[in-house]
Amino acid sequence: MSIEADPATAVHAPGPAGPWVAVCRLQDLVPERGAAALVQGEQVALFLLVDGTVRAVQHQDPFTGAHVLARGIVGTRGTTPTVASPLHKQVFDLRTGVCLDPADGPTLRSWAVRVEDGLVLVADAPRNGGPS
Amino acid sequence: MDERPTQAESITTTPVDASRHLVIVGGGMVAQRLVEALRDRDTAGVWRISVFAEEPRPPYDRVALTSYFSGRDPEDLALGEPELWEDPLVSLHRGVVVTAVDREARTVTTSTGRAGADRTVPYDELVLATGSGAFVPPIPGTDLPGVFVYRTVDDVAALRGWVEEQERRWNRPVRGAVIGGGLLGLEAAGAMQALGAQSTVVQFGTHLMSAQVDLGGGEALRRLINQLGVAVRVSTATTRLRPNRRGTVGGLEFADGGRLDVDVVVVATGIIPRDELARTSGLAVGERGGVVVDEACRTADPHVWAVGEVACIDGSCIGLVAPGYAMAEVVADRLLGGHAVFPGADTATKLKLAGVDVASFGDAFARTPGALELVHSDPVAGVYTKLVLSDDARTLLGGVLVGDASAYATLRPMLGRELGGDPSAYLLPDGASGLSRGDGDLPDDATVCSCNNVSAGTVRGAVTEHGCTDLASAKACTRAGTSCGSCLPLVKKIVGAELAKAGLDVSTALCEHFALSRRQLFDAVRVTGLQTFSDVLERHGHDQAPVGSRGCDICKPVVASILSSLDDGHVLDGERATLQDTNDHVMANLQKDGTYSVVPRMPGGEVTPEGLIAVGQVAKDFDLYTKITGGQRVDMFGARLEQLPLIWRRLVDAGFESGHAYGKSLRTVKSCVGSTWCRFGVQDSTSLAVALELRYRGLRAPHKFKLGVSGCARECAEARAKDVGIIATDQGWNVYVGGNGGFTPRHAQLLAEDLDTETLVQTVDRFLMYYIRTGDRLQRTAPWIEEVEGGLEGVREVIMEDSLGIAAELDAAMAAHVDRYEDEWRATLDDPEKLQRFASFVNAPTEADPSLAYVTERGQRRPATAEERAAGLAVASSPTPADEPVLVAGPTLEVRA
Repeated sequence: MSIEADPATAVHAPGPAGPWVAVCRLQDLVPERGAAALVQGEQVALFLLVDGTVRAVQHQDPFTGAHVLARGIVGTRGTTPTVASPLHKQVFDLRTGVCLDPADGPTLRSWAVRVEDGLVLVADAPRNGGPS
Repeated sequence: MDERPTQAESITTTPVDASRHLVIVGGGMVAQRLVEALRDRDTAGVWRISVFAEEPRPPYDRVALTSYFSGRDPEDLALGEPELWEDPLVSLHRGVVVTAVDREARTVTTSTGRAGADRTVPYDELVLATGSGAFVPPIPGTDLPGVFVYRTVDDVAALRGWVEEQERRWNRPVRGAVIGGGLLGLEAAGAMQALGAQSTVVQFGTHLMSAQVDLGGGEALRRLINQLGVAVRVSTATTRLRPNRRGTVGGLEFADGGRLDVDVVVVATGIIPRDELARTSGLAVGERGGVVVDEACRTADPHVWAVGEVACIDGSCIGLVAPGYAMAEVVADRLLGGHAVFPGADTATKLKLAGVDVASFGDAFARTPGALELVHSDPVAGVYTKLVLSDDARTLLGGVLVGDASAYATLRPMLGRELGGDPSAYLLPDGASGLSRGDGDLPDDATVCSCNNVSAGTVRGAVTEHGCTDLASAKACTRAGTSCGSCLPLVKKIVGAELAKAGLDVSTALCEHFALSRRQLFDAVRVTGLQTFSDVLERHGHDQAPVGSRGCDICKPVVASILSSLDDGHVLDGERATLQDTNDHVMANLQKDGTYSVVPRMPGGEVTPEGLIAVGQVAKDFDLYTKITGGQRVDMFGARLEQLPLIWRRLVDAGFESGHAYGKSLRTVKSCVGSTWCRFGVQDSTSLAVALELRYRGLRAPHKFKLGVSGCARECAEARAKDVGIIATDQGWNVYVGGNGGFTPRHAQLLAEDLDTETLVQTVDRFLMYYIRTGDRLQRTAPWIEEVEGGLEGVREVIMEDSLGIAAELDAAMAAHVDRYEDEWRATLDDPEKLQRFASFVNAPTEADPSLAYVTERGQRRPATAEERAAGLAVASSPTPADEPVLVAGPTLEVRA
């Protein structure tokens, strides 16, 4: 497919997909508003938090199967960063993918994220298997 | 008394196999409590209970007798749940006197006063709860007609009848006197006042309520009582009651030679225990009467107990209900094998007599060695406050409050505890700083409700363990505040504090991030003029919230709505973009598969053929499922995130604008065709609907809202099912408010009739703006109207009579909205930065969600079910038409080689 790219700032990911996949620039993310990304064929939801950290969990809402989690409202429960599913408001811990509300809900797969030289790098595989 | 059961029926008929029989003599408040407590705890149904009550009615609230004069029916004084007396294990025998007890045979003899109706009733255990009678001192003339005591409903009714009769006879205010200036005497004086009689309190002692308050308090009380028009004579011994020429009471003569002409007298000089049965059955009685019992409330006979005012415990009888209740609880426990003991009398008293507060608690007379008295007396304000403290001035030992007893609820549970801080702070009027503190810090074991012996911890438990979320449920759960009610303010505070702590305060607090309700937050933001969520959270957020709190899916959209209502900034501007639900964020309605539906506005349901064709063509080109909505417009489903700008470019070019189907805002103004075409229409409903929809489009509110306009009384637009419904009349428009369909359907109620169009618009403007300013989160107009003070009438006064003086402000706010309106979709299409938000993937902005799958039904597509996917019946969503321009600017990263 064709992507309208700005040659001045185009960056290329290093070689064959190593353990880390460059997904976007940090400045492409809006604080507290998720963005979906394709990582190794997986739909991943990225979240830039106000403290500058970036979190990645599965984009698919495990309750409905729809790929929408990046569009949920970002917030906190106590000090835990969270996202609420935009479909039925279940709340997940963005650090671990654990479902906080309801407490016995399924855990999201989550990915390690690094930010280097303004690039957002996502691990090429999730930390945990979890439900897809 | 027809409803009185006969002895034979009720005593011998045992519907359940209760093995033991408890007989309670007396049917007062304490007897009622004993039955209640025993039935509560005797889950195995061991005890069958027979209650013999002298009075012809079930137990009633004797403490509240005076309220009989302020319009309450005797039935209102009934105690507890009436079902208690329908319990098959409980039989209440009204109007039955127990005349003898045979302790050896374990029987009682009962009499109904009718010949041949005497019965012998066996018991396993016997409880004497006969209470007290009025003590009438041996003063000549107390037997004259027109002299009353003040003890039962019948006494009070007789007094009332007499006063009314005297008033008719003399055709002037009735002159009354009360002999006795104690608690009961003042109650009686208040009752006479309430009946319109003049009254004089004649007190033998040096000051009023000498058993409860000290001389200073008594003096303050006298001044206050005087101000109410009740005369008071202290240190006055009454020597004789003198008859008038009719032979009824006509005057009092005093030891000091004074005289007082009267038409009615109440003797309230004290009470004496009704201990006759104990005396005749050989049980010990106290020096001043009363059945002698031990700390378990048991007499020397292990099968006979005594509770309440008749019980002589530690050498004295106690004429207050709370200790009686405690005794009832002790006996109930003992009957079930427990080992409870009477905890000692709490003689705390709080009285409100025609608005005069008097309270006394603990060591009110500072009899504890070394006790310190801290007194604040303000004769001008009519307030006397005394705290009795331990010798180190730290521990509260007791107190007297006259004139303002609001501190009672807070101070009484602190009895025996360190007050903390400067105790004198508690003396200040209104309690000032000292009293507002402490409610939340009250130790769990502190008694809050002494009538029912409920601790602060129990009240807290009602919230934390039993799920109570308001005062009413906490009362029902714990029984706190269900007797005298003096502790209710404190119970309410504790419940409120606990709810807030638990984040359970569903009625007001928004969420864990804001302790305020939407309405409170709206006012706060309006005053502070803050513009961003971060500032609002910083300034108005919950002070308990941890550092780093960033709101949630509840408070963020609320703040967004408030900010939007206050300045109408574009919903996607700046930080606000992160506050929105995805619907508001991308200005479309999220559907179950993650795609969106698109609704262009068709004001009043009116659309041109060209418009219809343009909508049809867009739907066809993007393969959108189309359906007509209930709001008279077209909804197009299945639009992917990245397609939304493309679809809207086409719609905007065809002259459409956002229909705000996604917002908590105006949806549509539904209308019938009206007088322009309809042969029945009396007004042009469509033109009005179009004008109103254009006026209120984009207006954010606590909940979505809808309008309807019908051109005649046939009401084809179903306007009365709308938040604002307008129905044409020959003279103008009738406007109805508070209707809705949805989960709880409501018909709108008439707000105003026959308005001209200009007045109508102004009325609707104000109604909507008032709702927006004061409605709670997700509160529709119908429940909002119910909550407005005065209900619909209150709303009418505010918006049509400007009772709050805010009409001009509401008008200005609506004018500002109309002035600032712009189509959010047009604005978004013109802003490349905003268009970034429609990227499907940050690293593949125009790529379709690969998981979408559809099947065709009735010529259109719909999301495939899991079964259809598994069966391979579904197809992927169709690609964006090739000739559409790419509106979503991509990022600059090539990531997937």
